[in-house]
Order: sequence, then structure tokens, then C-alpha cells
Amino acid sequence: MEPQVQEDPERLAEFEARIARGERIEATEWMPAQYRAECLRLIQMHANSEIMGALPEREWIPRAPTLARKMQLVAKVQDEVGHGQLLYRVAEDLGKPRRQMLEDLLAGRSKFHNVFHYPAETWADVAVIQVFVDGAAMQTQGSLRACSYAPYARVLKRICYEEDFHIRLGIDNFKALAEGTPRQRAMLQDALDRWWTPIMHFFGPHDTDSPHLRTMMRWRIKVKTNDELRQQFLRQFVPLIQEYGLRVPDPGLRWDEARGEYVYTEPDWEEFRHVIRGEGPKSQQRLALRNAVWRRHAWVREALERWSAAA
Amino acid sequence: MKLAAVVPEAERVYAVFRQETKSEAHVHVGDVHAPDPRMALVLAKEQFARRDPCVSLWVVPYTAIEATAPEDAEMFQPATDKSYRFGGSYREQQRVYGRRRGA
Repeated sequence: MEPQVQEDPERLAEFEARIARGERIEATEWMPAQYRAECLRLIQMHANSEIMGALPEREWIPRAPTLARKMQLVAKVQDEVGHGQLLYRVAEDLGKPRRQMLEDLLAGRSKFHNVFHYPAETWADVAVIQVFVDGAAMQTQGSLRACSYAPYARVLKRICYEEDFHIRLGIDNFKALAEGTPRQRAMLQDALDRWWTPIMHFFGPHDTDSPHLRTMMRWRIKVKTNDELRQQFLRQFVPLIQEYGLRVPDPGLRWDEARGEYVYTEPDWEEFRHVIRGEGPKSQQRLALRNAVWRRHAWVREALERWSAAA
Repeated sequence: MKLAAVVPEAERVYAVFRQETKSEAHVHVGDVHAPDPRMALVLAKEQFARRDPCVSLWVVPYTAIEATAPEDAEMFQPATDKSYRFGGSYREQQRVYGRRRGA
């Protein structure tokens, strides 16, 4: 936990009034220490997730079924790494050196999103990731374009623009398998079954279990709650599963007309807590790969340094 | 104020300005980290011009940017009514003039 800083009540009140008026905060402006810390935590975790999220898909570049699919996947992976660069750039202005963020990720000291701790076993996993993981990310990031930290809101516009392409690409992949041979359909159903729990975990624990939620909402570092985003996601993506005649992996899932929301079986939240601590099925392997790539590309960083020294 | 005040290693962070067509101005689209301006252009092309239309890129180190402070946004609000500066204030005249010409 960060040490609690006693803020000047007058300044804090003025800050909160600005947020309440819908104003946006820039990196150069005064902000409460806790606001700064929460923004940094959120944006750093997002940046880490872009980099770590590129890895499961990257594994499939050499094995993509056609040249066109390979090129599409290369483009998407490049986008994700680009998002990482944009986000670390925003995060570093909040006071943590970029180098430190990269090293904390390599050492497993900082978090990345739960979904990237799981394996991508078949080509159908790639389709499921592109539709449902990117689709889930789009709900969160789309809402955060209205967040109060202006530099983050600005980069999210561009990120969402590219994520939209990823989802369209994913639906194209998904459709090809869903309309394919019985074996392809079975492969897609299997991927969907394995990814259902991580995707239900994606938006985080229930609002009632989220201790900082009220402050985060008041400061507009969060725009919609975890449960709101999960429902929004289900409304958009459950029909996609049903329309293609696939089975929703949760037999308890149903639309509740009176409540105007989906009712679903609780995913195993104990698994979620383990996974985000780095105890997921692929956590250590992905970090090992990230470390190996970091070392293998050391020469690029050295070349840049020498270029700089020579200039 | 100096924007570089909050940017770590500001001399190695370049603001990127992209021009979409020759009839548009260059617009700030983001930043890259680079050891010098030439490398900044290489990275900017990869990051900001791989999909979006572009005819020209500028890169500027943050150390070179002097900016107004965010809290000074008010100084751009006119102190008095300046509606006479805008064409929209002259509708009545346009209507009369248009009628005389039989429009």
C-alpha cells in the first residue's frame, strides 16, 4: 500500500469540484497523491497487458493457417505493442521511470491482465481472444475515453480505433471457424469453453468486493463499474455465440427480463485471485519468454545508446 | 511553462506531428522515445503512419516546447463580447442583402 498522504483539504475540494464539473486533468497540474497513484497503477497495468497480451497471439504467427491470416495477425500484434509504447509514455509522466516499469514487469513485480496468464492452445483460441478478450477490453477502454485523466483519455481514442479493427478481424476468424467443418466448429467450441471463466473474470470482482470503487468513480478514474461492464459485454457478445449455434459455456446463463440483465453462474473467484498474483497456468512461461526476448534484443537498445552517444 | 518539466529524459522524448493531407496542418498525435531526431522520425513513421494517412511528419524534442499552463485556459476567453468577429453575427444583413438581389 502507498502511504496515506494528508492532502490540503482546500486544494482537494477544489480538485474534486473540477472533476465534478467534468474537467480533465493534465500531467502538469496538481493532483492528489492517491489520484496520481491510482492513475499510474491503472495505466501501467494496461501497458503491461498490451505487451503481455501480444505474446499468446505472437505464438500463432508462424502457425497461422494462411498467408492472409498471418499478415493480419502480424498487424494486430504490432498494434498491441504500439499501444504499450503509447501507454508507458503516458504513465511515465505520472512519476515512475519507464525503465523501472519495464523492469518491474520482467521481474514479475507488477501485474498484467488475468486473461494473458492462460494458454492459446489452438488456432480457435486466437479467434476467441480477438473477439471476446479484445471485445471485453473495448468495453472498459471505450468507457475510459471519458475518464478524468486527459493524457490517458487521448491515447485511448487511438487505441480503441485500432481495437475496433481487432474485433472485426476476430469476428471474421470466428465466423470462418463457426461456419466451417464439424472439426473446426468443435475446435471453436472447445476454445470458447476454456476461455469462458477467464473472460467472466476479465472485468474484475463484483462491485461490492471492490474497496476503492467509490473514490475511483468519484474521481472518474473509473467510468463504469465492473458489474456494469460485464453486463454490457454479455449483452453484446452472448448473441454472437448463439447466432452461430454454438453453446454458451455457462448452462446457468439466462436473460432476466425483469432485471434487464443476464444472470450467470459465479465464476471461481479464487482462481482469479491466484491468476492475477502470477500463479496462472502460463504466468511464469510468459514472463520467461518476455525476459528472453528482452535479453535477445539488448543489442537494439545498446545500438540506440551508441547512436545517441555518437550524435 | 516548460512541458519538459514533467517529462522524464525530455530531451529523448519527441512530440510527433502528422500531416494527413497537404491541405491540413500538422497535428500532434503522440510521442516517441528516441536518441536523436532522425531515429525519432523512423519510429514515428512506424508508430503513427503505418495505418493513418500521412504526407509529412514533424518531430520536436519536448525540451523545445514552451506552453501555456493548463490553468491559463481562461485567458483565451474574450473579456468582452466579441461576437462582431464572427460571420454568424451578420445574418440580418445577409438576409436583407440577399432579398435585394432576389434570392
